[in-house]
Formats: sequence, structure tokens, C-alpha cells
Amino acid sequence: MDKRGIRIEGLSKRYGEGATAVHALKDVNLHVDAGEVVGLIGPSGSGKSTLLKCLGAVIDPTAGRMILGDEVTYDNGWKVRDLRALRRDKIGFVFQAPYLIPFLDATDNVALLPMLAGMPNAAARAKAHELLTALDVQHRAQAMPAELSGGEQQRVSIARGLVNQPPVILADEPTAPLDSARAMAVVRILNDMARKYATAIIVVTHDEKIIPTFKRIYHIREGVTHEEAGEGRAIDHGAST
Amino acid sequence: MISLAGRDILHAWGKFLFTGIGLGLLIGVTLTMAGVYRGMVDDGKALLDNSGADLWIVQKNTLGPYAEASSVHDDLYRSIRITPGVAMAANVTYLTMQVRKGDSDVRAMVVGITPGQVGTPGWPPYLVSGRPISRSHYEAVADIASGFRIGDLIRIRRHEYNVVGLTRRMVSSSGDPMIFIPLKDAQQAQFLKDNEAILQGRRRTAGNPAFNRPAVPGLLDSVIASQSGNPYVNAVLVTVRPGFAAEDVAASIRRWQRVTAYTRTQMEGILVGKLIATSARQIGMFLVILAVVSAAIVAFIIYSLTMDKIREIAVLKLIGTRNRTIAAMIMQQALVLGVIGFVVGKITATFAAPIFPKYVLLIPLDSIAGFLAVLAICMLASVVAIRMALKVDPAEAIG
Ligand SMILES: Nc1ncnc2c1ncn2[C@@H]1O[C@H](COP(=O)(O)OP(=O)(O)OP(=O)(O)O)[C@@H](O)[C@H]1O
Ligand SMILES: [Mg+2]
Repeated sequence: MDKRGIRIEGLSKRYGEGATAVHALKDVNLHVDAGEVVGLIGPSGSGKSTLLKCLGAVIDPTAGRMILGDEVTYDNGWKVRDLRALRRDKIGFVFQAPYLIPFLDATDNVALLPMLAGMPNAAARAKAHELLTALDVQHRAQAMPAELSGGEQQRVSIARGLVNQPPVILADEPTAPLDSARAMAVVRILNDMARKYATAIIVVTHDEKIIPTFKRIYHIREGVTHEEAGEGRAIDHGAST
Repeated sequence: MISLAGRDILHAWGKFLFTGIGLGLLIGVTLTMAGVYRGMVDDGKALLDNSGADLWIVQKNTLGPYAEASSVHDDLYRSIRITPGVAMAANVTYLTMQVRKGDSDVRAMVVGITPGQVGTPGWPPYLVSGRPISRSHYEAVADIASGFRIGDLIRIRRHEYNVVGLTRRMVSSSGDPMIFIPLKDAQQAQFLKDNEAILQGRRRTAGNPAFNRPAVPGLLDSVIASQSGNPYVNAVLVTVRPGFAAEDVAASIRRWQRVTAYTRTQMEGILVGKLIATSARQIGMFLVILAVVSAAIVAFIIYSLTMDKIREIAVLKLIGTRNRTIAAMIMQQALVLGVIGFVVGKITATFAAPIFPKYVLLIPLDSIAGFLAVLAICMLASVVAIRMALKVDPAEAIG
């Protein structure tokens, strides 16, 4: 296995204490290699979002081990000190809704991340432009989010998730609001990006259209993961958003 | 790094501008209120400056002649004039009243001055047009703010006075324009009764056997004459010879004359510290209320602007924005609102000041203090919004 990617071993998460405690995650084991896109599916309330929040370093697990890239981020109560920097440098987020910053244009929405990490504005914008070009929205680079179509917004948001070239991307239902062609385009982009930047990508989804595209899928039921082989169906390269 | 606050403001500039203008009008009122207070103090100082006096001699143990009633005998000035260090001493009377101007009346402070001697304390230091009073009866010099013009007739009690000269910024401590008339007329005006009352008074005196003695001819006439005259004035204004300290001269007048003497500094203390102290406190209360209201408005607006951005703030935090950066964004927005408000307020106050009936004096120091207060209030007001923004959980950005 590659040194990069994601490894999760025996992860559990309990919300609350005592009688009202909710065991959202009980025994989660998964690994995603660099360059791989893996699906995470499961019924509502099964713990998908909880798992992403643990991986995304916004909530603390109760027990287990998490490794992002070459760094152990959590080990049975021990965790990395600067979670904010971890999120900024190691993890890219893509949401169901694009959640772009409404007062920044497409370029600066993407460039904001490298800027936050201390990169000079011009270099950050150049990098943003490179990503926007890769995602084929460079012609809308100066547009404000409100002026973009839903698919364009989603692509800008994916560009934002990728711009710091994080070893890990967490995507929470990235295709939910999109029609079939656009959903397939987003999956294609994620696959291309995973290969191009050697990124490990987890895609949480309910979307029947895209499930057949994963080579590997983790099913999560009542807080326990089960690995399955996916169909790994080829993605139609003609699809675009 | 780009300025998040700046981008947000540019994006929602209309919201900021309109809120800033609203806040600005409030700040304008606040600055004007401060100007009203400064105007009152300045009116008081103008009153003292324009009187041309170094010392005010008033009835013993009174705060006269402006803050309290005071009366001293009108021959007192003779003995004061020969006190060492005194250059000039002149009687003066002050009477605030409604004077008739055609069909209407104006509130004015009627000042009785010794006629014919320009440069005497109590005289207006300069005229904007016309000439000084030269006759000892029925001539007047009016402040231009009273609305009188040269040649107008002013009716004060039963007599009419011919306006011969005009002054500017000669006002009482409450901002009423001054009208100067000859001392004798003014003394009479203070106690002038109508003819019926005079006749009544004479009849009463004549009916008193103590005054109307058949064996003493002329006694009744003398008593009546002394009753109808008014040998009192409100104060004696004194100028001090060069080389003498005003306080020393005042001390020797106090010692010898059974009167109270105030220097310029003391008089200013009385006017500012006592006469307008209540008004100043009143205005102070207004300033406090306006400051609280402004703070509440800024706090509310910044709070709701931040509320609108909760989702974005969660995303910003999730992607690794420092709390400091988010707090700075909110505070900068509050400060920008404050700056817009202050600029609008300053412009409003500057244009509104001349419209006010009384003198409104805007001094740069108040503007600077106001500006700093606005910034402080805005910073304080943004604290609520900042606290809320810092509490936003980055996990909220994930489903
Ligand atoms: N903050 C919380 N406090 C307590 N319980 C929680 C909290 N967040 C989630 N849970 C519970 O944990 C379990 C897993 O929730 P989670 O949000 O991870 O589900 P999910 O798989 O994302 O569901 P969905 O597909 O509906 O989004 C649920 O039973 C939920 O009620
Ligand atoms: Mg969920």
C-alpha cells in the first residue's frame, strides 16, 4: 500500500454519555490509496457524516486510529495539535451544496485556501486558475458565485477542495443536486484529479447513478463498515456539466 | 491575503452605505448636541468678552449679574473709580424681556449703558453698521440677530427707541440678542409702571399721614420722587490699569466697598459651572442615550450581517481560516460602518449647525473625540457578533 492515502482502524464515535449515548460509529475500518476514489454508502443515520467529520478533524472520535497521508492524526485519544492547519493543508472538502463564499469571485474562492496558508496573492491566483482550467470553468473565473450555474459552482467548489493538493478529499454527496450527466461529469473530474494529484478521495453518496462507477465501496450499517467490490464501470468521457 | 471584510463590503455595498447613512444621521445629531453645548459656553464667553470688563462688582454675596439678581447703588461706581488700579468703572443693567418689534415681539437682553463714551466697559466693542448711542434717551444699538435694522423703532415698556447701530454676536448667556439703551432709560424700564399704577401709588402715599404732614410742606413731593426713581443698577463693570493684577484690585474693592467682586476667570466659572451646568448635564444625558442607541444599532446590524454568513463562516473555519481572521473581518466591517457613519454625521452636523436658532459651535476636538468614540462603540458592538461567529462549529459545514 502507498504511504499516502487514508487508513482508519477500529474507529468508534459515541455522542453523549450514559443512557442517551448514541454509538454513531462502532467499528470502522477502511483504507483509500492515493489516486483512488472510494464510495461510502449507507442508509440514513448510519454514520456517514459522522465518519467524514472525524476524518475532517472537526469532531473527535472516541477510540481507534486515523492516518492521513504519512501522518497519524488520531490514536486512541491522542490527536494532532493544530487541527486547523491539518484541515487547511491535508484535507479538501467538497459538499453537497457548493458553499462558495458569496462575496468572492470564482478565482478568489479557490485562491483563498493557499492565501490562508500564506501563499502570495498572485501565486495563489495562478494556482487557482490552473485548477479552474483543469475543471473547465476558467472562462467563468471572474464571476461571482451567484452568477454561476449550479454545475459551475460545484466545479469551483471542487477546485477549492483540490487547490492545496491535499492528500485527502472528503466529498459529502457532491452530486445530489445535479442531473445524471452533470453527476457523471463530477465523478469523472474526481477520478481525473485523484489520478493527476495522487489524492485519496472518499465520496459519500446516496446517488444510484454514480454508485456503479466506484471500484471499491464501503457499506456502513449501524456504525460498522463492510468493504465490497464495486462495478468500476467506465465513465462516459463525453459527459460535461 | 485578501481583505475578506473589504470584499464583503464591496459585495453588499448598498447595505453598508444605507446603514452607514442611518447611523450617520444619528452621529450628526450627537455632534450637533455637543455643538449646542459648546455654543452655550461660547455665548457665555462672548458675553464676558464683549462686556470689555476685567472685574464685575455686584451685590454682596450674590452670583450676579448674569446668574442671579444683583443690585448695587448707582453711585457706587464713583468710589470704585478711585480705587488704586481701576482704570474705568461704569454702571450697567441687564434685563431679559420681550421687546416689541412692530406687531410681534422678540426675546432680548436689554442692556443699560452709560451713553456717549465709546470704550467704556459694557459698551459693544464694535458695530457692524450705524453709530453708537450719542443721546442720553431713546436711542438703541441692537444685535443683528434680533432682526432690527437701523431706523427701526423698538418698543420697550412705554417708550420707543430709535435703532442707530447694529452689532454682531452680542448675546446673553442663553443666546438672546442684546439691545443696548441708555442707562437712565434702562433703570426706569426695570421698574416702570403704567400710569394708572403710578397714580394709585401716589394716592396711597398721599393718604399716609406719616408722609403727608400739613406742617411739613414738600415732604410728600420728596417721598413720591424717591419712590418713583430707581437709583439701582445690576453691576459695576471695571477695567484694570495695566500693571495691576485683577485679583488684587478685586480684593481691595471687596475689602472697602461691602460688595462682591468677580474676576474674569471667576465669572466664567459662574457662567459655565452654574448657569449652564444643568443644560450641560441635560445635553450630557442626551449624548449618553445617543451613544447607547448608536451602539445598539451597530451591534444589531453587525449581528444580523454576521447571522447571514453563518454558513460561510462555518466553511471558512472548516477550510482552516483562523478565528483571528474571522474576528478581524467582522470588526473591520463594524469599523467601516462607523467611518461611513462618522463622515455622514460630520457633514450633516456641519450643514445643520447654521439652521439652529441658537449658536451651535462645532469644534475639531469634539469631532476627534466623537470619531474615537464611534470607533470604540463599533468595536464594542462587534463583540457580540464576533462571539457568535467564534462559536460556529466548522462541523456545521458538513451535512
Ligand atoms: N451531534 C450529535 N449528537 C448526537 N447524536 C448525533 C449527532 N450527530 C449525529 N448523531 C447521530 O449519530 C447517528 C449517525 O448520524 P450521521 O449524521 O453520521 O448519519 P448519516 O449517515 O450522515 O445520515 P444521513 O444519510 O441522513 O445524512 C445518527 O443516529 C444521528 O442521530
Ligand atoms: Mg449525513
